[in-house]
Amino acid sequence: MNVIETSGLGKRYGGTWALRDCSLAIPAGHVVALVGPNGAGKTTLLNMTVGLATPSAGGVTVLGGREPGSQVALDGIAFVAQDAPLYKNLPAADLIHLTRNLSRRFDREYAETRLGELGIPLKRKAGRLSGGQQAQLALTLALARRPRLLVLDEPVAMLDPVARHDFMAIVLTAAVDHGVSVLLSSHVLTELERVADYLVLLSRGRVQMAGEVDDLLASHRVLTGPAGEADRYAQRPVVHARRAEAQAHLLVRATAADPVPPGWEAHPVGLEELALAYLREPGAAALPGPARGRHAEPSEVAK
Amino acid sequence: MTALRVPARAEEDASPRPLPWRRMAWVTWRQHRVALAGAAVLLGALAVWLWRVGSSAHHAYAAAVGCHPASSAACGILVGNFIGSMSAGQNIAIVLQVVPPLIGAFVGAPVLAREMETGTFRYAWTLGFGRWRWALAKLVLLGVAVTAAAGAFSLLFSWYYQPFFTQTFSGNVQIPLDTTVFDLRGVAFAGWTLAAFAIGALAGMLIRRVVPALAVTLAVYAGLAVAVGAYLRQHYISPLLLKNGSPPGSAWIISQQWYGKNGQPVPGTTLAQALQQGAPQLAGGGKGGIPESPFVNQWLVQHGFTLWTTYQPGSRFWPFQWIEGGWLLALSALLLTAAVWLVRRRAS
Repeated sequence: MNVIETSGLGKRYGGTWALRDCSLAIPAGHVVALVGPNGAGKTTLLNMTVGLATPSAGGVTVLGGREPGSQVALDGIAFVAQDAPLYKNLPAADLIHLTRNLSRRFDREYAETRLGELGIPLKRKAGRLSGGQQAQLALTLALARRPRLLVLDEPVAMLDPVARHDFMAIVLTAAVDHGVSVLLSSHVLTELERVADYLVLLSRGRVQMAGEVDDLLASHRVLTGPAGEADRYAQRPVVHARRAEAQAHLLVRATAADPVPPGWEAHPVGLEELALAYLREPGAAALPGPARGRHAEPSEVAK
Repeated sequence: MTALRVPARAEEDASPRPLPWRRMAWVTWRQHRVALAGAAVLLGALAVWLWRVGSSAHHAYAAAVGCHPASSAACGILVGNFIGSMSAGQNIAIVLQVVPPLIGAFVGAPVLAREMETGTFRYAWTLGFGRWRWALAKLVLLGVAVTAAAGAFSLLFSWYYQPFFTQTFSGNVQIPLDTTVFDLRGVAFAGWTLAAFAIGALAGMLIRRVVPALAVTLAVYAGLAVAVGAYLRQHYISPLLLKNGSPPGSAWIISQQWYGKNGQPVPGTTLAQALQQGAPQLAGGGKGGIPESPFVNQWLVQHGFTLWTTYQPGSRFWPFQWIEGGWLLALSALLLTAAVWLVRRRAS
């Protein structure tokens, strides 16, 4: 089952496309990092996934072919919007009661136990909790709904490193122990690198890279060799080239099994390095399935 | 990297029924109890006040009616007291006109505007209840609450005003259809309160900010209320036409105009001139040069002028109430439907 499937999905606000030509098929059971610079279209994609926005082009289905906003989708997806917009004037206990009333499933015991562990007083109004506590409260309410898909928009942007770590730990626990699929967005990849096993890279409203992290890493190598010879690889699927005085570093689409030219060395690539390389080359794309190759036009080696 | 390969949970009910409507009762109460309490305090305080002035008005009326002999000086004072409480009542009626717009602005406008302004709609709309059902439930519950409260309040006001409509003291009778009191009695007050609430709710959804939505609600309500009082209400039923007579004291006079022998309308100055020349002893009594008093009218009619009066009789009070209540209810339903429709289709 694909938790999220989009085809040619686009969203236009006025005359500008916030998201365009987005085709994804994300299987269940992943922690998906949706990464991209500010304004890349992450929130737009998430809003369409949870039914808050409707597509201008193409389509999106969730939880195995369901329409976003349909009863099954509402019951099965928990969404925490950016900056955890809770009712600030309600105490945590009332937020629990409110969410319980408006959800098909709600694990009240889980919610109260978790908040107890976090030291969040049930009687304190949400607006008077710290930023980290508010984020935790929003996450707890979302998980208590026992969703099949948890969607988090920039969940840790406002959190300090410790709160960030605690937050991610709970997300991971939910994913591992309860089999919740997780989709979280961030403009900083490093925040998600530790937890995500599936990456969707958005840039300027388009999907640039999508796939399981292990596959993406395994299908890219960095070749290091004499700068003078770099042009020779212009025909090869080079994603990004970086030249120093004497040496050139080429990020190419190749597996460990592919032959390395004489005089060159091949290294595995890190996820952040990979993402940065793609972001620097707006023309390059690495997409799974039928979309592969359609956009994959490696850029020129020499700049 | 953590590999998470969890088999998809057993497929749940393929097309589950929506959550029951009653789930919204507590939610609506919890989120809007401050606004509802504010409305209750406002209406409660005004009700206590009405009860007090109403009791004294009823006492003054009973004393004036029960006084014998009616022509004595002591009875004259009692009648004067009652007529005094009546003019106080007219001022109170004017104050009460602001109650529906206040309820509309402070209960109706924030319902959706606050959610949009603070972003909490993203939370409410992605819960299992569903966004348009959420909006409909809230608006219906709150609309019914404010309408019921307003209806009860207008019953109290009707009781208070009852003595003022009796014809006991000629020349001093409250006109039931008069603009200042018509919409405070019967079903109209509840209808106006519901309409104000609906205007507020829709304005809130359109403007998406509390304070501007509040101001717009007050402005739109005021415009509507003035337009209805000044232009619309008199056309609910064709007014009666009266030639050269005086309508009953409880009638709501729409227009009065003198016409000449040739059937053309005659301005007041011409009438004054005619009086000055023909019967100077009668002239100069009226204000603005327009002659008054029955003698003047009699003289003018005898000399070929015709007075046409259009009016709505006081007996049309209830038909007018049902017409006004009916279209206000329809308007409110339309506005609330529009607000729910906007919630349903809004793409954030």
